[in-house]
Amino acid sequence: MNRTIYDLIGLSAGVMFILALKGLSHPRTARRGNLLGALGATVATVAVFFYAGKEGALPLNNLGWILGAIAFGVFVGVPAARRVQMTAMPQLVALFNGVGGGAAALVAIVEYLKLGDTATTAEVIATVFTVLVGCTSFSGSIITFLKLQELMTTRPVVFPGGRFVIAATLGGTLASAVWVVNSLGTTPLLVLAGLSLLFGVLFVLPVGGADVPIVISLLNAFTGLTVAAGGYVLDATLLIIAGTLVGASGTILTRLMAEAMGRSLFGTLFGAFTAKPQDAAGATETRPVKSGTPDDVAILLNYARRVVIVPGFGLAVAQAQHTVRELADLLTAKGIDIAYGIHPVAGRMPGHMNVLLAEANVPYEQLSEMEEVNPTFPQTDVALIIGANDVVNPAAKTTPGCPIYGMPILDVAQAGNVIFLKRSMRPGFAGIENELLFDSKTTLLFGDAKASLTKVVGALKAL
Amino acid sequence: MDAIAIISIFVLAVFVGFEVVSKVSSTLHTPLMSGANAIHGVILVGAIIVADHSETNLELGLSVAAIVLATINMVGGFVVTDRMLEMFKGKAASGKNGAQDKSAGEKK
Repeated sequence: MNRTIYDLIGLSAGVMFILALKGLSHPRTARRGNLLGALGATVATVAVFFYAGKEGALPLNNLGWILGAIAFGVFVGVPAARRVQMTAMPQLVALFNGVGGGAAALVAIVEYLKLGDTATTAEVIATVFTVLVGCTSFSGSIITFLKLQELMTTRPVVFPGGRFVIAATLGGTLASAVWVVNSLGTTPLLVLAGLSLLFGVLFVLPVGGADVPIVISLLNAFTGLTVAAGGYVLDATLLIIAGTLVGASGTILTRLMAEAMGRSLFGTLFGAFTAKPQDAAGATETRPVKSGTPDDVAILLNYARRVVIVPGFGLAVAQAQHTVRELADLLTAKGIDIAYGIHPVAGRMPGHMNVLLAEANVPYEQLSEMEEVNPTFPQTDVALIIGANDVVNPAAKTTPGCPIYGMPILDVAQAGNVIFLKRSMRPGFAGIENELLFDSKTTLLFGDAKASLTKVVGALKAL
Repeated sequence: MDAIAIISIFVLAVFVGFEVVSKVSSTLHTPLMSGANAIHGVILVGAIIVADHSETNLELGLSVAAIVLATINMVGGFVVTDRMLEMFKGKAASGKNGAQDKSAGEKK
């Protein structure tokens, strides 16, 4: 196939990607949009097998290796994507993003080895950009994965002098980038790759758990730009288009997410430079809390007129979606008004909780977004908080300087009664104590969300 | 390709990218991020190109690794996004969808 046809196929794939992103922005067209994106990617991938470059010949060299590697990638990627629990999905997305960044960096490194001294300055600069940002994205994404998977602490990791270490690493990374451009060698490039990997780790470590989704989105945009730069080195227009699209839309998306969470993007990103080491865990809380039995909870619910259910990650972990729906159906049958108050970042990522509840067939019209449900809390008799903590923590309003300060919260404190179903007194993902737990109108029911809900449903039926 | 053509493509793609996602409701943030993430998996095309060019074992080894990683990114990304969106599909079939679309559109 000649270059014109190949480029036209590339262009059509690019158009499919634009339509895919457009489709993904609206609930009704989202699925079609994603499939269109997959089609575009498939078309682009198939086409490359029929175009061997300016002086190359078909079939491609190393064809067996190429097909084998693709088969292996499918063999690893598809089951991972199929089998992952919906609760663990954000970290899988982070991981996929990381390997994409790693792939881009490897592509740039190979092309650089290949080009050697014949590379133009512009190509070397694009290579340096790809390696630097690709490696940062790779190692940064691995750290976000470890944080979300709770394989490491979700609190900001800050060590004494940390900001100097980060600044020095960044300085070293940039210096080695200049070194590569000036002296064109493999060693400087490997030093650059190593320092970029280190920088990715240091960059993400000080980010607190609640801010991790924003960082994933940002690294996603980074990877997009990396792919665009790689496309420049390889003279592949489609990669420039696709990479730039993802880079630009990813940047906007990062900003929208930060806005939805009430976080400043700057504060999130440069938290590394301003964060101070925090006291570990603080003093053990000894203040009394009001702990109730499932019967107490059932009675409170039975005599309510309006109940707002606030689901959190604890509900997802306990797989209690179906039980909570059973409870809601039971209450609706008693003539009680039910709504679910969904915080934009309930779960681990924006929209995560909607996905989980949709899985349990909770009627969409009962799911209220934060802005809708907040004004109704003064008329609400019971706010039932299931496995959520940070999204209802008044510290976001009252304690300047705490990690979630400024994040909009669900105003459950306005409700007549507040019930928390919690596993323990352990603070939430962001690692902050919740004053509301000690409030006089709060009742706590400890235990696994599903077990507790089942008991409440039983008690309610017995009333 | 000459520099001006590339810069033009780049700048126009930036604006298209800004434009297509500027009105997305927070419900779709995660699937959109995941879908965009899958799209940058087309670096697979680049990985195949460098594998074709590879002459030494080192180059081939690195390109094969790049192909594996890029495939995982692309294929896994689209599959997991589809699984997320599948959850919304049940609602679309129940006919509540029109109203839901509208409210989602007006959010931002």
